[in-house]
Amino acid sequence: MDYIMHLSVLVGVYAILGLSLNLVVGYSGLLSLAHAAFYGVGAYGSAILMKDFGFSFLSAVVLSVLITMAVGVLIGLVLSKFDGDYYALASLGFSVIAFGVFLNWRDLTNGAFGIFGIPKPEIFGYKFLAGEPYAFLVLLAVIFTFLICYFVVNSSFGRVLKAIREDEKALQVFGYKTTLYKLAVFVISAGLAGFAGTLYGSYISFIDPGGFDDLVSVNLIVVVILGGLASLNGSLLGAAFFVLLPELLRFVGMPDSITGQMRQMIYGLGLIALMMYRPQGILGKFRL
Amino acid sequence: MIALEVKKMKKNFGGVKAVDGLSLKFEKGQITSLIGPNGAGKSTMVNLMTAMYPPDAGKMIVHGVTLEKWKSYNMPTYGVTRTFQDVRLFEQMSVLDNVLVVLTERGVFRSLFETHGELHLKQAEEILKRVDLWKKRDEKAEDLSYGQRKLLEIGRAVAMDADIYFFDEPFAGLFKEMVKTVVSILHELKNNGKTILLIEHNMDLIRELSDHVIVVDAGKFFAEGEASDVLARKDVVEAYLGE
Repeated sequence: MDYIMHLSVLVGVYAILGLSLNLVVGYSGLLSLAHAAFYGVGAYGSAILMKDFGFSFLSAVVLSVLITMAVGVLIGLVLSKFDGDYYALASLGFSVIAFGVFLNWRDLTNGAFGIFGIPKPEIFGYKFLAGEPYAFLVLLAVIFTFLICYFVVNSSFGRVLKAIREDEKALQVFGYKTTLYKLAVFVISAGLAGFAGTLYGSYISFIDPGGFDDLVSVNLIVVVILGGLASLNGSLLGAAFFVLLPELLRFVGMPDSITGQMRQMIYGLGLIALMMYRPQGILGKFRL
Repeated sequence: MIALEVKKMKKNFGGVKAVDGLSLKFEKGQITSLIGPNGAGKSTMVNLMTAMYPPDAGKMIVHGVTLEKWKSYNMPTYGVTRTFQDVRLFEQMSVLDNVLVVLTERGVFRSLFETHGELHLKQAEEILKRVDLWKKRDEKAEDLSYGQRKLLEIGRAVAMDADIYFFDEPFAGLFKEMVKTVVSILHELKNNGKTILLIEHNMDLIRELSDHVIVVDAGKFFAEGEASDVLARKDVVEAYLGE
């Protein structure tokens, strides 16, 4: 049962990451490879606030999400000047920079040694320990994130994001200052990724820079595209697929030592097949 | 009364002078046709006036306000909207969303908390019925026929409720019935005091619709006047219209 709950928590964290990234990649058509940076800022932020400054879980979550959004504003201001391939490359640059900060700002992040003993969440006196309580907490977080994303994509704002994806230059002629919309959705997405980071750090109790490198950003793109571009349900499916696939490989008798590599290969092959036959992803409605 | 004036507009693409010091005036409430052979600079001129490209030189005077620099997203503020020579719809969005997106709130925060949804839906319904696309409102724009796509783009421009419309070859590729629809829309806009710049190659339509015709060639002014006079000029016919 603990094993299933553990997988549920990981699926939930990746679902939040996938939902938030889909706002930028699927709905707005901006191929962002910076998401691991925000995931990491959220995780480090809440870990440091709780462990070093004695913040409660809730206040640490709120503050680290706000910090992540502030970082999102800075990065988004630069990225909103780009589109297409340049956007992807510039965003990857930020992911690499963030990893460098996590690794080298030792006074704050403890460098490569990471941060141990991150407290478990405690809300109104109830401690969410690993297992069912934490899985329930993450489920609530996924529902909360899903509702926010649902509200965003079904608003007039969401319609503008889709139009930016389709033809940003033409949309500007109709009076839209598109850079503001790109910045706004990027900041919302960053905040939600930071939220996922806070949940992950508290659950695992240990974070190090390796959990937030640029490969994580690439994997999150895989989650979004596999599940479906511009499909919230697709992000949930993509997250489940991403987390559960290596477990399935284990069940079919593949040794643990190669499941990681096999997972990457299967994702790669799956992505190639999708780009050839269904570029919008399994449940997706739109092509990049 | 002049609604829009362009002074000494210039645009070079590499070594090619696409627009070479053009100055034009558009009377309020009139349909002015901009004609000339392919490559004369007509569409480039519209792209410059709507800031799709930055001009190398020139200025615009809109409703008496002189603009030295202008941005695409400011054009609706000056009451200007347009269609494109090559239809530019939001292809993977529904027909309805293609119209709704130009009707709804422009502010980021206000668009998140839109409060006029029903009104915009009603307006979109009227416009889509006008271009006979209401029944196709849930289809993706990319799934429409070429003529329907043209009509949707024209409907989207009409939805802007602008003062000045640039229609870039709105009749190209349309069936007879569709041409009638567009003609009636142009008449309706004109009757409501709107200013229209029409780029068109069909001489019969130009004669029927235009109050004024401006001929350009190689990015330069060539001739202007009433349609009947300009189109009767031998030099215009021989050199530019091929009739």
